[in-house]
Amino acid sequence: MTDDPVLTVTGLAKAYGRRVACRDVSFELWPGEVLAVVGESGSGKTTLLNCLGGLVPPDAGRVRFRRRSGEVIDLVAASEALRRAILRAEWGFVRQNPRDGLRFGVSAGANVGEPLMAIGGRHYGHIRGSASEWLDAVEIDPARMDDLPSSFSGGMQQRLQIARNLVTHPAIVLMDEPTGGLDVSVQARLLDLIRRLVREAGVAAIVVTHDLGVARLLADRMLVMRQGCVVEAGLTDQLLDDPQHAYTQLLVSSVLTV
Amino acid sequence: MTADGYNFGYLDEQTKRMIRRAILKGVAIPGYQVPFGSREMPLPYGWGTGGIQITAAVIGPGDTLKVIDQGADDTTNAVSIRNFFVRMCDVATTERTAEASIIQTRHRIPERKLAPGQILVYQVPIPEPLRWLEPRETETRKMHALREYGVMHVKLYEDISVKGRVSTAYDYPVLVNGRYIMRPSPIPKFDTPKMHRMAALQLFGAGREKRIYAVPPYTDVVPLDFEDHPFTIETWDQACALCGATTSFLDEVILDDRGRRMFVCSDTDFCQERREAGHRGDGGPNPLEEAAE
Repeated sequence: MTDDPVLTVTGLAKAYGRRVACRDVSFELWPGEVLAVVGESGSGKTTLLNCLGGLVPPDAGRVRFRRRSGEVIDLVAASEALRRAILRAEWGFVRQNPRDGLRFGVSAGANVGEPLMAIGGRHYGHIRGSASEWLDAVEIDPARMDDLPSSFSGGMQQRLQIARNLVTHPAIVLMDEPTGGLDVSVQARLLDLIRRLVREAGVAAIVVTHDLGVARLLADRMLVMRQGCVVEAGLTDQLLDDPQHAYTQLLVSSVLTV
Repeated sequence: MTADGYNFGYLDEQTKRMIRRAILKGVAIPGYQVPFGSREMPLPYGWGTGGIQITAAVIGPGDTLKVIDQGADDTTNAVSIRNFFVRMCDVATTERTAEASIIQTRHRIPERKLAPGQILVYQVPIPEPLRWLEPRETETRKMHALREYGVMHVKLYEDISVKGRVSTAYDYPVLVNGRYIMRPSPIPKFDTPKMHRMAALQLFGAGREKRIYAVPPYTDVVPLDFEDHPFTIETWDQACALCGATTSFLDEVILDDRGRRMFVCSDTDFCQERREAGHRGDGGPNPLEEAAE
């Protein structure tokens, strides 16, 4: 079972007019694995994630996803109804800005409960119970579940987003700069939490980041992107300790060590 | 005779045909909002332009029209719309629910069970049930198309967690024919169960928003709820002070500035019929007696 990749991306490409954002990106993702996508600003990381997450239609390529049932679906070719149903039930997407990933008009509990209601949960008590458990899992006091997300700190909002995305037990979680905009100590705790939850839940994750430290801590494997292309791919430690591509060498050597 | 220079029913025949096509499409797809070319009417948006256009498109010389506003036949909106159709169509009008072939309504469904062949026309201010949850019209249409209605329950969840119960008391969202979620126009939730498998044809017109939708006779109309927080309707611990009814929707009437009030049926025809049949309420507190003290 785990010998088959849960996600196989081949030849993914996306251009905005004449500006190429992603060119011929191919990779595989195995169940329970964390893959980091690193690169400088404008290298196409976020476009790649948005193509996978169904926010942007890719121009070319295939995104084959193995469902829980074992069935393999090409998300690019699938009907919009099926694609959205799969993304809703079996994927999660933690957005860079919590305002994109949360509903700020409703309480934290409703935010965590919404994915459950979207896949057919109709029992208030059960929904509330799961929401409470997941808030606890991401270290938010369940007593605050009826508070609005706007009353939460940036780190809490990000953790709330994570709870909202894991509550349906997805097979894959996409994370776009999950620690962006947070101060260093909060970042460290959040990374710890993500690492623990991803391991416990056994979900596969694709984490986009420009921070090599985040990649080092979280990821099993890495893709290095530059100008829309994957220039290097490999095991995180191997790649960071012995970068082969000139750009990766530059990236690794640019990290400040304190 | 209708007013000089005007077509029967005010609208020109091409417009009526356009509206009838939209109605037929709406009937074919219960609960689906059909866009239509809403016309300028001789009254402002929000005063029932959608309902009037539907009535004008379906009314014929042999019809008997009843118009109610908040259940009453004698309120400004109801009287004005009824007069409008008398001038434009010279049709018979009635205040009796049973005698009407077309009933245009704002905010209520008559208490008397409607019969096959009757048409109930609703005036709709905002047709889109997803509006406050998803402001993008392109996105709400997609959500309807793909039946992505999970977010509707978020609102109910929020009501229960904040207020302990579902506080939506009017325009309660319903699932029509197991497919589309629909706003039933601002009727109290007391009236929502009456829509379920109703024998009459229900037509909904939103003039400003340019949408028509319909519920054909005997169609399932189910209010949204949670398994452990089922849908409930309003109840009163009083009876109607005029007719003694305990099963109708009651309006609270404030009698003075000392907190005295009475409850009376909001459906004036229902109340009248009961009184003619000999039913009597307790009359409520007598405002003249108290004022004399």
